[in-house]
Amino acid sequence: MSLLADKTQQTQSVSQGSHTDSAAAFVPDQSRAERTTSYAVSDFPVPSGREEEWRFTPVDRLQALFAETSGTPLRREESLPEGVTVSTLSKDEWQGSGAPKPADRAAVIAAAQAEAITVLDVPAEAELTEPVRLVLTGEGALAHGHTLVRVGNFAKATIVLRHEGDAQYSELLTVVAGDGSDVTVVTVQEWADSALHLGQHDVVVGRDAKVRHIAVTLGGGIVRLNTNASYAGPGGSFEGLGVYFADAGQHQEHRLFVDHEAPHCHSNVEYKGALQGETAHTVWVGDVLIRAAAEGTDTYELNRNLILTDGARADSVPNLEIETGEIAGAGHASATGRFDDQQLFYLQARGIDEDTARRLVVRGFFASIVGRIGVPEVEEHLMEAIDRELEATA
Amino acid sequence: MSTVESSTLEIRDLHVTVETEQGTKEILRGVTLTINSGETHAIMGPNGSGKSTLAYSIAGHPKYTITSGTVTLNGEDVLEMSVDERARAGLFLAMQYPVEVPGVTVSNFLRTAKTAIDGEAPKLRTWVKDLKQSMSDLKMDAAVAERGVNEGFSGGEKKRHEILQMELLKPKIAILDETDSGLDVDALRIVSEGVNRAKESTGAGVLLITHYTRILRYIKPDFVHVFVDGKIAEEGGPELADRLEAEGYDRFQSANATS
Ligand SMILES: Nc1ncnc2c1ncn2[C@@H]1O[C@H](COP(=O)(O)OP(=O)(O)OP(=O)(O)O)[C@@H](O)[C@H]1O
Ligand SMILES: [Mg+2]
Repeated sequence: MSLLADKTQQTQSVSQGSHTDSAAAFVPDQSRAERTTSYAVSDFPVPSGREEEWRFTPVDRLQALFAETSGTPLRREESLPEGVTVSTLSKDEWQGSGAPKPADRAAVIAAAQAEAITVLDVPAEAELTEPVRLVLTGEGALAHGHTLVRVGNFAKATIVLRHEGDAQYSELLTVVAGDGSDVTVVTVQEWADSALHLGQHDVVVGRDAKVRHIAVTLGGGIVRLNTNASYAGPGGSFEGLGVYFADAGQHQEHRLFVDHEAPHCHSNVEYKGALQGETAHTVWVGDVLIRAAAEGTDTYELNRNLILTDGARADSVPNLEIETGEIAGAGHASATGRFDDQQLFYLQARGIDEDTARRLVVRGFFASIVGRIGVPEVEEHLMEAIDRELEATA
Repeated sequence: MSTVESSTLEIRDLHVTVETEQGTKEILRGVTLTINSGETHAIMGPNGSGKSTLAYSIAGHPKYTITSGTVTLNGEDVLEMSVDERARAGLFLAMQYPVEVPGVTVSNFLRTAKTAIDGEAPKLRTWVKDLKQSMSDLKMDAAVAERGVNEGFSGGEKKRHEILQMELLKPKIAILDETDSGLDVDALRIVSEGVNRAKESTGAGVLLITHYTRILRYIKPDFVHVFVDGKIAEEGGPELADRLEAEGYDRFQSANATS
C-alpha cells in the first residue's frame, strides 16, 4: 500500500447529559513534531487549559503539580528477579545520556524535583521468567518520580508498575529497549479516588526490538499518561495497549505519540475504556507521525469507548500525519457507543440475569485487549477489578 | 423418552403497541392462541404483519408495550416476569436476527445460560459431551465454540446457533421466529432436524413463525394460523399451509382491507 502525504485528524466525542462538545471543531495548526521538549522549567509556562495538549484536562485541579515545589517520594517496594539491578543516576548524567526530554510542564517539574533517577537494569541476553515488580504507594503527599528502565540487547523482560494509595504524583518514566530485546511494561493505576497522577512515559525501541507498553487505569481522581514511542533503529515494533474504567468524578486521559523516524518499524495502539456515572470523563489522543525517512512503516491505532450510564463523556482523537508515500500500512479507528440493550436482551432471553449479562458484555468488550496482555497476574486481577467496578453500580 | 410434565402457554386477546416517530402504533390487535407441550403451531403471515412483535412480546422485549390481554405459562403470569425469568420459566425465543455479543465466547455463553436455566452448573463431563454432540449434529464447526457469540457468523451459522441453544437449554415452549430465513436447502434440513430432535427429547411445544411453507416439509405442524395485520385471520390444520402455498396471502389481505 502506498499513500500520498496525508494529514488527517478526526475528533469524536460522545457525551450524554449536559456536557457540551468542545472537541469537535478542533484542527491542529502544527505538526506533532514541533512540540517543545526541554530540561528547562522556564520553557513550559503553567498551562491555562487552552493549549492543544491541555484542552481536555482540568488544569485548575493540577496546580500543585505545576509548581516548583519539592515533594516526598512514593513508598517503593520492589521484587527483582535474579540479575536485575537497581541503582541511581544523577541529573547531569541523565541529561547527557540523550534520552527523551520532558515534553510538558508536569514532566519538566518531575525531572527537576525528583531527588535522583532510579535505574532498573536488565542485563543483555537475560531471559526473565518472572516479572520485575514495583509497587509505588502514595501517602497523601506531593511526589515526583523519575525512573529509567534499561533492557540490554536481546534480553526478555516484563516490568509491572503498580500505583496505589493517595498522592499528587508527577513522573517521568523512560524505557530504553536494547536491540533485539523483547520488553513488556505494564503500568497499573489503582489509586485512591483523590489521587492526581501526571506521567510521561518514553519508550525507545531498539533495532529489531519488540516493546509493549500496557496502561491499566482504574483508580485516581485525575490520571493523565502521555506515552511516547520512538525507534532507535529499523525493524522495531511498538505495541501500546490500554484498558481504563472511569467512574463518577474521575478524569482519565491517555495520550499516545508514536514517532516513526526509522524505516520498517511497526506500531499498533489499542485502547478500550468503559465509563459510568456523572462526570466520568475519559480522553484518548493517538498521534502517529510517519516521517519522510520512515519507509515501510506499518501502523494502526484503535480506541473504543463503552458508555454505561448517562452523564459520562468520552473524547477520542486519532491523528495520523504521513510524510512519506512508501509505507506498508496506516490506519486508525475510533468509536464510542452506549451500552447495547439488544445484547442485554439477547443474554437475558437465555435466562441470564441482568447483572451477569452486563458483566459478560463488558468483559467481552475488554476481552480482545485483556487476553493479549500476556501477564497472567495482571489479566486476572484486571478482570476481577472490572467486575468490582460493575458491582459498585449494580 | 420424555418425563416432562405437560405445559401450556396461553395468549389471550393480546394488544401491543410500539413507539414510533409518528407516535404510538398498535401492532398486535387481539391475539389469542394456546400452545401445549408436544404441539407444533405454525404462524404464517406476510411481512410486517406483526409476527416478530408477537414473539418479542412473549419474550419480554422492552421495546413493546402490552396494552391489554394476558400471557400465562402453566397459569403463571408471564407478563409480570423479567426477560430472564421468562426464560428460566421455560420459554425460549430463537430470534429472526440473533444479536452479536463480541468477546463473549459461545462456550462461555452457553454454559452461563445453562447454569442460569437449570439453577446449577451442568456437570462438566456430560456438558462438554452434549455440547460437542449437538454441535456436530447441527454440522457446526467445533471451533465456533471459541468464537464470540454470533460475532461474524454467517446467516446460517446464526440460525444453527439458535437451535443449538434450544437443544441444550431444553425449553418447555419454544418460539422460532423465521428460523428458516436465509437458509439453503441443506441447512434448512439440518436445522429442522435439530428442532425435531429437541422436540422429541423434551416434548416441547413449538410456535414456528414463518413466511414460507418450505420449512413445514421438515417440521410438521399440528395447527396453522394465518397472521394478518396484527391478529389471527384464519386457523386450521396442516392443509391450510398447502392452501397458502397455492393461493398466497392476498385473499386475507384484501378481506382485511374491506372489513
Ligand atoms: N420499533 C418499531 N418502530 C416502528 N415500527 C415498528 C417497530 N417494530 C415493529 N414495527 C412495525 O410493526 C409492524 C410489524 O413488525 P414485525 O417485525 O412484528 O413484523 P413481521 O411480521 O415479523 O415481519 P417480517 O415478516 O418482515 O419479519 C411493521 O409494520 C413494523 O414496521
Ligand atoms: Mg419478523
